[in-house]
Amino acid sequence: MSKPLEVPTMDMENKEVLRRIEIGGDMLLNMGPQHPSTHGVINFLVQTDGEVMKRAIPEVGYLHRSIEKIGERCTYNGFMPYTDRVDYIAAMFANQGWAMAVERLLGLQVPRRAEFCRVIACELNRISSHLISVGTMAMDIGAVTPFPYALREREFINDLLEELCGARLTYNYLRIGGVAFDLPSGYEDKVSTFLDHFEKILDEFNRLITYNEIFIKRLAHLAPIPAQMAIDYCLVGPNLRASGMSFDVRKALPYSVYPDFEFDVPVGKGEVGTPGDAWDRFWCRVEEMRQSCRILRQALAQLPKDTAIMGKVPRKIKIPEGTEAYSRIESARGDMQYYVVAGPGENAHRVKIRTGSFTAMGIIDALSRGLMIADLVALIASLDVVAPEIDR
Amino acid sequence: MTFEEIQQRLAAKFGERIGALAPANKDPFLVVPAADVVEICRFAKEDEALAFDCLMNLSSVDWPKKNQIEVVYHLWSYRRRHSFVLKVQLDRAKPEVPSVESIWKSADWLEREQYDLMGVTFTGHPDLRRIMMPDDWVGNPLRKDYAEQPQWHNITTTRDNSLEGYVRLDELTKKAAEAAAAAKKELPQ
Repeated sequence: MSKPLEVPTMDMENKEVLRRIEIGGDMLLNMGPQHPSTHGVINFLVQTDGEVMKRAIPEVGYLHRSIEKIGERCTYNGFMPYTDRVDYIAAMFANQGWAMAVERLLGLQVPRRAEFCRVIACELNRISSHLISVGTMAMDIGAVTPFPYALREREFINDLLEELCGARLTYNYLRIGGVAFDLPSGYEDKVSTFLDHFEKILDEFNRLITYNEIFIKRLAHLAPIPAQMAIDYCLVGPNLRASGMSFDVRKALPYSVYPDFEFDVPVGKGEVGTPGDAWDRFWCRVEEMRQSCRILRQALAQLPKDTAIMGKVPRKIKIPEGTEAYSRIESARGDMQYYVVAGPGENAHRVKIRTGSFTAMGIIDALSRGLMIADLVALIASLDVVAPEIDR
Repeated sequence: MTFEEIQQRLAAKFGERIGALAPANKDPFLVVPAADVVEICRFAKEDEALAFDCLMNLSSVDWPKKNQIEVVYHLWSYRRRHSFVLKVQLDRAKPEVPSVESIWKSADWLEREQYDLMGVTFTGHPDLRRIMMPDDWVGNPLRKDYAEQPQWHNITTTRDNSLEGYVRLDELTKKAAEAAAAAKKELPQ
């Protein structure tokens, strides 16, 4: 039997961060770690003397599970389920980043049908992740109705992905050199039926919330990020594109079978406010869902008929020590990068995962100065940070 | 620009201080002296042809065999759409490298992460403190020789084995079968 736990004590007076800020006569508020609108377990130290913040300092690490260290101890194949937990809202992309990094180390070719399976799974996952993002963003600023609308659609995708790989959240679908399962019979029809239904819902969603006047007034001109600043802080994905920078890894550094498909990269233009404001970030995600639908339709139409879904993967993956590879993919939260250094045995010597949420959190301190406390919530939601992806 | 062209352009500016590209095992990289890293990065950002406007990744690798810690900079240029990898090799006992936070803001958090998890000190960083672990945590988890402390502020970091005292089901059935066999033997014929 374990001993009863003594009450843990933490020396609050000597916290590093408190020694570094001058509080003076201001109030210091802890927003979090358990706060419904911080999208996970994050703490914000808000220095304020009223409704307007002087600054907000993000304190992360509550969800740190040392996934990078686990990656050094697992075999290359064994690490795949852990990558799901890097970002459990868009787990398929973390799978793909890891698979691509190891495939690059091995010099593996992935069968064409497997690449199509990956694209279909990833684009479905991108839609479901963006649905969470836009739904919770609307809810965070007070519009509760769009959230169940978004979650209802996400359920259809969860069902589709469950049929594909048996899991609804942490998929573990991709394998090094291919995918775990082929598409079930009749899957193409089910996905295209969903797309027919979903494209209409997107228009409805736009009518409901995106172009809603109250919503626009709430978010336009809010915390605009100039393109130069976004690049300097290494913002990626929809956050970067909302600032007017047209960069999508799928277009700029094509991987998988994305060069075969036609799609646009939505870029924020400041349609209702300043370019790069919170509304642009919201709009970019809505438009990206439409583009994902386009990609899905093309992928379903061009799906190759051959049946191979796994490449020639050695039974024991051994890579010369010190060999390194870098992979970049366009995750739902932007440019996700894996840096892998091979170890002597069957596992990696070092795995580094650079995620979009981590760098997006770094910008909050700079953006929060002079912002209202209520707008901080909108800012966090608009950056679409996911706590496990920050901490890993 | 290709990796070779970038290396040549850096070599033209810095001469001796820049080595050759490392043997291309998948992704080539360039090793630079720790003292010059800020100067080289600033040139890489401000030069018109290189224009590395983004530090997309900063990581570090622990090599106990070589007694080295490598800090790896992945640079990316949105204007020119090319990338480059710089490496700095540091002594494992006292890894110190100047901070590049003044060049790219994204280095702020990325360097804090390496300071926390790998124990690399970035001199000149404005706010160098732990980011993932608590302030008073002992050790740097990503070091190869890291040993976790048994408890932190009376919170244990190990867990009792909840299966202790339980017997496996197949062992139970085995025992029952053995007892039945023994009982059968004892029965008079």
